[in-house]
Parts: sequence; C-alpha cells; structure tokens
Amino acid sequence: MADSASNDAFVEFDRVQKSYDGETLVVKDLNLSLPRGEFLTMLGPSGSGKTTCLMMLAGFETATHGDIRLGGTSINNIPPHKRGIGMVFQNYALFPHMTIAENLSFPLEVRKMGKSVREEKIKRALDMVEMGAFGGRRPAQLSGGQQQRIALARALVFEPELVLMDEPLGALDKQLREKMQFEITNLAHNLGITTVYVTHDQTEALTMSDRVAVFDDGRIQQLDPPDTLYENPQNSFVAQFIGENNTLEGVVKEINNGIAIVELDDGELIDCKPVHESVKPGARTRVSIRPERVEYNKDRIQEGAHTLKAEVKEFIYMGDIFRTRLSVAGNDEFVIKTRNAPDVERLTPGQQIEIGWLPDDCRALDA
Amino acid sequence: MTDATSQSGPVLAADGTPLKKSLARALRLQKTRALMLIAPLLVFVMVSFIFPIAKMLFKSVENEIVVETLPLTVAELQNWNAESGALPDEALYAAFVADMVVAIDAKRHTRLGTRLNYEHTGMSSLFRKSGRKIKKLDPAADGPFKEKLIDIDKKWGDVTTWAVIKTHSVKITNGYFLNAIDMQRTPEGAQAQPEDKRILIKLFQRTLFMSLMITVSCILLGYPVAWLLANLPARTANILMILVLLPFWTSLLVRTSAWKVMLQQQGVINEVLVWIGLVADDARLVMINNQFGTIVAMTHILLPFMILPMYSVMQTIQPTYLRAAKSMGATNWTAFWRVYFPLSVPGIGAGSILVFILAIGYYITPEIVGGTKGVFISNRIAYHISSSLNWGLAAALGTILLGVVLLLYWCYDKIVGIDNVKLG
Ligand SMILES: Nc1ncnc2c1ncn2[C@@H]1O[C@H](COP(=O)(O)OP(=O)(O)OP(=O)(O)O)[C@@H](O)[C@H]1O
Ligand SMILES: [Mg+2]
Repeated sequence: MADSASNDAFVEFDRVQKSYDGETLVVKDLNLSLPRGEFLTMLGPSGSGKTTCLMMLAGFETATHGDIRLGGTSINNIPPHKRGIGMVFQNYALFPHMTIAENLSFPLEVRKMGKSVREEKIKRALDMVEMGAFGGRRPAQLSGGQQQRIALARALVFEPELVLMDEPLGALDKQLREKMQFEITNLAHNLGITTVYVTHDQTEALTMSDRVAVFDDGRIQQLDPPDTLYENPQNSFVAQFIGENNTLEGVVKEINNGIAIVELDDGELIDCKPVHESVKPGARTRVSIRPERVEYNKDRIQEGAHTLKAEVKEFIYMGDIFRTRLSVAGNDEFVIKTRNAPDVERLTPGQQIEIGWLPDDCRALDA
Repeated sequence: MTDATSQSGPVLAADGTPLKKSLARALRLQKTRALMLIAPLLVFVMVSFIFPIAKMLFKSVENEIVVETLPLTVAELQNWNAESGALPDEALYAAFVADMVVAIDAKRHTRLGTRLNYEHTGMSSLFRKSGRKIKKLDPAADGPFKEKLIDIDKKWGDVTTWAVIKTHSVKITNGYFLNAIDMQRTPEGAQAQPEDKRILIKLFQRTLFMSLMITVSCILLGYPVAWLLANLPARTANILMILVLLPFWTSLLVRTSAWKVMLQQQGVINEVLVWIGLVADDARLVMINNQFGTIVAMTHILLPFMILPMYSVMQTIQPTYLRAAKSMGATNWTAFWRVYFPLSVPGIGAGSILVFILAIGYYITPEIVGGTKGVFISNRIAYHISSSLNWGLAAALGTILLGVVLLLYWCYDKIVGIDNVKLG
C-alpha cells in the first residue's frame, strides 16, 4: 500500500492530520505517495475529507500535523502561488468579469509571458477542449459543460506538473460526463500530468484512474488500482462502497489452510477467504460476495463451489443481464446478476433454487 | 399544424381573434388588479412627493406677482423704452397710481416690494413708504401724478426704478436661474452680477468638490472595513457590523456635535497634540468651521452608506475565485487587484452614488461644523427658504442641484454602466 518512504514520489502525504475546530479530526493519519504521471482518484462519501486534502495540497489549508511534500520539498515552505499546481474547482471558479480568453490568459500574464506566446498557448488550450470559438464570451454565456471544459483548459494552459480536480464533472449530465471523463484521462496521459482527482462517483473513479484512494472517516480505507479495489476489497466499507455487493453476517468457526469456515446467523456453514486481519476464530465477520460471481444454473456452478438454497423474491429482465433478488440465509436483499444467454433459465418469484459460488469469491471482512 | 405555419399574417387564437389581442385582454384584468393594489401608495407618493416637488420647481420660474399687482402699469411699460434714458410719461404714472391704490387696499404692495428688492435693493422700503402716501391719492381726480410721485420719493424719478419693474414684469422669468449662477436680468439682457455678489457658483463648486472628497474618503476608509465584514468569521463580523451600524442609532446632531468637541481648538485632538508636544500651545490646529471639519464629520456620518453596499457585494464574491487566482500563480496582491477588486466595483459604484448624492444635498452637518468656509449650497438654499424668503431663488438653486445630480448620474451610467451597480 502507501509506500511513503519511496524517493521518486512526486506528491507525498506523510502522517497528515487536519482539524478545523480543534475538536474533531477531519483528516486522520493520511499517508499517500504518488509518482509522477499518475492519475489518482480520491473517492469517498460526502464529508469524508477529500476536498480538505486537496486544499492542503494546494496550500489553502494548512495541515494540523504531519508533512506534505511536493517533489521532495515540504510544501509549507512554498507559498500557494509558487507551487505550480493547476486546479479545477468544484464550482469551476471562472472569473465572471473576464472573457474566456482573459481567464486563460490570467495564469500566463502572472508568469509575465509575452503577448504572442500567450495567444498561442490560449489557442492551443482552447482547441484542446474543442472550445476554440468561444474565446470572446463571458463564463455566464456558457453552458455548464462548456464552463467545465474551460476550467480544465485554464488549469492546464500554464502546463503545470500537477493538476488537482475537485468533482469537476459533478454538474454534468450522464452523456457529457462520460465524454469528459474520457477526455480528461486522455489529456492527462498524453501530457504526462500528475493528477489528483476527487469524486464521489465510483464508476468515474474506476474508469478514469490508475489508482483509487477510498476515503472514509478521514482515512484512506484502501489505495489500489481499480480492478484490485473491486475484486479484492480489503474491508466491508470498500466492498459496500465500490460496486454492488451482497453481505452475509456470521461468526468465524475456524481457519484452515487459508479457508475460513463461517457460521452464518441462521446456522448455515460456508467457506470463505479470510481477508481482513480481524477475521479470527470466534470473531464476528461480514462475508462479501459480488452479485455476478453467483451462479444458479446447475451446469455453470463450478467444481468446488459452495452451494446454498435460496428462494427467488424478484426477477428483473434488464436486457443484457437478469437481476434476481433472492432470500439467502435470512437475507432478503441478496442480489445476483446473470448474463443473458440462451441456456439461462428465467426464474419466477417463489421458486426454490440452488446457488453456488467459489470460496475465493466469498470474502470474510471486518464486522 | 401545417396550416398554422403556412398562414401568413398574425397568429390567431382558437376563437379567431388575433393572439396578441386576446393575450392583452387576458392580461388586462391582472394589470388592473395590480394597479388597484398599488393605487394608495401611488396616490400618496403623488400627493406628498411628486406634486410638492413639481410645485417647488415651478417656483423657480414663476413670476406672476408683478403682472398681477400692476396690470395697467405693465401694459403701459410696453410703450416705454428703458434704454432711451427718458422717464416714462404721465400715462404710466397714472396707471401706476391706479394699480397701487387697488394693491394697497388688498395689502399686496409690500409683497411686490419684497419681490423686487431681491433684484434691486431699496425697492422694499420704496414701496412701503410710498404706499402710505399713494393711499391718500384719488386716481380719478388728483392727476397729473408724475410730479406728485417724484415728490413722494425721488426714486420714482429714477429711470432704474422703472427699468427694474419692466425687466421683471414677465410671467415666466429666467431671473432666479440667472441669480443662481451669479448673473442678473437687466434691460440689456443677462449680465454678470457685480464682483462682490458672486458667491453661488463658488458655492456650487465647493459643494461638488467637497462631496467628491467625502466620497473618496468614504471609499478609502470603507473598503477595508467592508472587506473585513465579508471575510471575518461570522461572530466577529457581527460585532463589527454592530459597530458600523451604531452611528445609525445615534442622533445625527449628537454625532456632529461630538465632532465639534473633538476638533475645536480647545478640543480633544488639539489638547492631546499639545500635551504630546507635537503642536505648540499658541499654534493649535484649526480643524473646525472650515472645509476640513466638514469633510471629516460628513465622512464619518456617511461611511455606513458606503460600507453596506460594498459589503453586500463583497459577500457574494466566492473565496474560490481568489484561491483559483493564487493556484494559477498570482500573488496575493495580483489576485486581489485583478480578481477581487473588479468584482467589488459594483459595490463601490453603488456606495459612491449613494454617498455622493447624500453629500451634495447635506445640510445639518455643514451648518454646525462648516463655519463660513465649509458650508454647502444646501445651506444657502435653506437660508433663502427660511430667512430671506426668496423662494424663487431657493427653487432655482434646488433645480440646478437636481440637474447636476442627474447629469452626474448620467455620466456615471455612460462610464461605469448603471447595471454594474448593486445594492445587494
Ligand atoms: N472550512 C471549514 N471549517 C470547518 N469545517 C469544515 C470546513 N471545511 C470542511 N469542513 C468539515 O470537514 C469535513 C470534510 O469536508 P470536505 O469538504 O473535505 O469533504 P468532502 O469529502 O470534500 O465532501 P464532498 O464530497 O461533499 O465535497 C466535513 O465534515 C466538513 O463539515
Ligand atoms: Mg468536496
């Protein structure tokens, strides 16, 4: 996980804490290091401290404890305007009294660039976000999505090495959002920019990032590439927060050869993979199973799978997949997803079936 | 659908009437109802505000008193040419006596004297004194009157007297306005007043200059306060806000008098300076009864009117703008000057208009702390209204003041744009 000692780290949070009021810690013991060129997303529920982290990095809030380093230098020694960090704010923060071109020109002017250089760079930045024709307009005359793109262009026009984006796509509709997600990742990778991206939309985080830091309660719960995060959540918060997830609660009976036997609350015994460190014989645990890893077609249940009885509560035809709600081991909200194929049986509510999953897909996490 | 679009001419409503007409009809009821609701206010404003102001403004040109009091004389004066240098003939004197006898009966001649006295000193006493004697004459029997009148007072044998009556015998006069700009109406047309009587233009200039100074000092002092108000944590800002509003809860007279205590030569400031030794005891600073005193006291009194609009505009400036500017490499100063300041200009504009317009018509404070060198045009207007009773001149001065304000407002609109003014 966070390798805070590594020397090639470009941005580094070292045991950072932050409190606004001196009573509660908004950020508790944050360790994070990110190499040059990485696209890192901070993902977490509202109020988990994401913006606070970004603001500390940008220099608008000071850490109460700990050290933030940028390119090896402690950030406390660099005033905000010398950090060379591009920033896209949650609400864009385009200057309303300047035209788009003037907005883009601002960071170049404060860097004392000549007029021709400025014009050249502004043009390039506007073309990059396909807004070349809008230079003369005011921010108020643009749509939300256009403003968002200008904010992005403005953050990139002075070619910063590090760009911070705070929920930049929050206000956009789904289609534009997806298009912009694609554009932002492309730009960041093509220009080799290190990016810290904040969102509370998990799909966005998974599709865009090299690594995702899942925040909750002022801590990073897990920091991993998207696939690891989804397939190997380290605790039940991450499992719940990322993607759809089924939870069964029970008590660990014993652990043998890396397999935990869990007695569910209704007495059923299942095999699980012990993941969280708190999984020890006698401890309560939550077992997490992804809906698409559960099968009910007899032919598809693999060798060595654990099988269990279930009652169909609801069967929803969704086109490419079937979504079935089951009652399993006392949990009425157990959902499974099955790909629509000719040989897949369509279920009816009330039907008794047998479901199965591999012990590897069944992860015993913290209670 | 298709025939609606292919149709040329106005769009029709379902019953065949043009859509515009039926919309207007539909809205008419609403509009009448709205008008009914505001009618009491409208009537009140008309009766108590618009009408008196219009009446007052009209006073600046109205001059019916001469024609009304001396109708026959005025008719005869048409045949007399003041530039000839010769006295009018007997017919005019006869007409004058006839007019005067009627006027004296109605006790109107002294008012006419007062009116003409504004234009030419001595007229008031001339009419009062002659009145007593003319009263005894019989216009039908006692003629000829020329000699008799000149006997009563030799001023009736002076061409100037008649010239003054003739020049001011028009019903609508520009005389008050000419007086207001240090000129006068003479038989030869408009001419400058004698040197020693020219004070009003100077007063106008002083009023404008001092109002400008007050506005500028209010901007300089108010801007940081408004900034603090908008940027401090809520609790501290509330306390500060109370301090800003405190003057509103204190009587204007008390505040102005307090400045008197502060600024006078035996006052707090001078005492302290002398005590410290910065100022010699026999060279105490003169800070009151002059322009300095007026500017200081009025800046203090008008400051809240500058701070409040500035504050309400600054409150709407999001802190992220400044952060964005700094993240792009701007220093604190650049971020302020290029981003914060332009966004706060509408507040400065609103505050300036408010303070300037209030200052230009201010009266009490200059009266108390202004002495003779620090008074405003409004003090002169008050003088003409309540002491010299020359309401025509007061009205003319007031009209000019109103005109100046409107002109400045118009300039401001051209330069800054009135849309850029925000009061909240
Ligand atoms: N200026 C501040 N003063 C006091 N408390 C603050 C301040 N800013 C944020 N907080 C508190 O700190 C916590 C974290 O806030 P933060 O803005 O970092 O959350 P976030 O993860 O960005 O949430 P969101 O997804 O809603 O933007 C919240 O509980 C918030 O109330
Ligand atoms: Mg946030």
